Amino acid sequence: MSRWTEEFFIEKGLLLTAVSSIIIIALIIIFIFMEGLPAIQAYGFFNFIFGMDWAPSSGQYGVFPMIIGSLGITVLSLLMAVPLGILCAIFLSEVASSKMRRILNPTIQTLAGIPSVVYGFFGLILLVPFMRVQFGGTGFSMFTASIILTVMILPIIVSVSEDALRSIPQEYKEASLALGATHWQTIKNVIFPAAIPGVITSVILGMGRAIGETLAIIMVAGNVVQIPGSILDPVRALTSNIAIEMGYATGIHYNALFATGIVLIFMIIVLLILANYLHYKKKVTIGGGYL
Amino acid sequence: MNLKYGLGVILILIIAFAVYNTISTENKYERIDVAGSTSVQPVAEALAQEYMKTHPKVKVNVQGGGSGLGIRSVSQGIIAIGTSSKELSAEEKGSLKEYVIGKEGIVVAVNLQNSVDDLSKEELRAIFTGKINNWKELGGPDAPINVVVREDGSGTRKAFEDLIMKKTDKVKSDAIVQTSTESIKLAVEQDPNAIGYISLAHMSSNVKAVKLEGVYPSLETILDGTYELQRPFLFLTKGEPYGAAKDFIDWCLSPEGQKIVEEEKIVPITS
Repeated sequence: MSRWTEEFFIEKGLLLTAVSSIIIIALIIIFIFMEGLPAIQAYGFFNFIFGMDWAPSSGQYGVFPMIIGSLGITVLSLLMAVPLGILCAIFLSEVASSKMRRILNPTIQTLAGIPSVVYGFFGLILLVPFMRVQFGGTGFSMFTASIILTVMILPIIVSVSEDALRSIPQEYKEASLALGATHWQTIKNVIFPAAIPGVITSVILGMGRAIGETLAIIMVAGNVVQIPGSILDPVRALTSNIAIEMGYATGIHYNALFATGIVLIFMIIVLLILANYLHYKKKVTIGGGYL
Repeated sequence: MNLKYGLGVILILIIAFAVYNTISTENKYERIDVAGSTSVQPVAEALAQEYMKTHPKVKVNVQGGGSGLGIRSVSQGIIAIGTSSKELSAEEKGSLKEYVIGKEGIVVAVNLQNSVDDLSKEELRAIFTGKINNWKELGGPDAPINVVVREDGSGTRKAFEDLIMKKTDKVKSDAIVQTSTESIKLAVEQDPNAIGYISLAHMSSNVKAVKLEGVYPSLETILDGTYELQRPFLFLTKGEPYGAAKDFIDWCLSPEGQKIVEEEKIVPITS
């Protein structure tokens, strides 16, 4: 094989692998739209998105309570996981001794490797009864689900944020300390602001997992199609809706579940755009800081 | 270079093995695909296992997926036998042929600590539609009733609603939805105020069965019809079954097969 042909094949081969991921995602989206659009057309776009009732047996397909459910669970878990995760990352990258880090890092990574069904089972057996005793009701609630999700997305936020914090050039820290700033002032005013784009990335990844999580949520959220009056009310997430009913759905019900998938994709796209915009904004304002 | 040849040889071997495997299994076995209701699955699996012992040439492959999936797949001809734990609607029935392999009871289960042990159909209806919300009204303690139901589309739910509720009734909107009999059992076992319905085959001592109109659910009361909460277990085929699938269904309906059905706590149709 001449050098030229080898070069040619490797180049085209690499191009093909890069393009294949785009093709795959395009095929998936096309398929979901083809299956889902008939339901939206038949039921009406506004009726579908803002409909309050989901009762396939009587022909009602409104997903609004589930949009609220998905957003509620995700926001609640991010509210808990982001501060916890960022503080943990700061501790690991700035305060912890290397010995401590050697123990803590693998532990947190193990947390990321536990399958979601195990988290769900744990939640069902321990957390649900605990919540029922503490807060009354059935124990199945949006709050229970977001606690489980918090534990699930914590390792992602911690490890990606930690990488971002540790990749800040040593000179920044040295300069700040040389000016007489304390360690905490340095972290607060120099290291953390410079690492914000990376921290935002970690939050995006965590959010992606939170909104896409299905199994653990089904097991602890109660799956009631309603707009929750409080965080202790049971809810159903968009993902759960698809997973719960897919096996039974026929006809327009089947299409409606794909349409639920379309809503989910749009929600994720909007959140991603928002997060990327923040990422971009913060990157510019730092000036010298580039990650 | 050696590595490349090695890899090539391994790849060829794998392909050859795969090809050989598919060809040889096709020759050796006749395959019957069974899929559908998760409630029917355990008894179908038990039947398949016994059947394969006496018919080594046939491989019966049993899968779950839900009654809806079973009905859909068999209508599309993807599988040979679909299973359903609910009566088919006229629309679903189409050209499908039904075989009742047994009847199963649905047990209304409450927590072991619950003092209520007899409910009428009217009371059940009121509980599940949300007209009665406190155990006090049923002679129990002053505590809210936490209703646990199966997801929309489940055969157990369909059967329960057809038998207990009227067409226009709706399950109360804040009833907790669980996706399997076992998780309903778990919810009822943990929550002193919960009520749910499970199939008789899954009944165990972790939860308490409630009498319906004074009748305790058991194989006998289901067989003589006094316990009203019962539903058929169906095998479905597209048109007349033939070959191995026909033989399997005939075997399931024979005394031999019905014995297995009874062992699985399902009421056999003959006897």
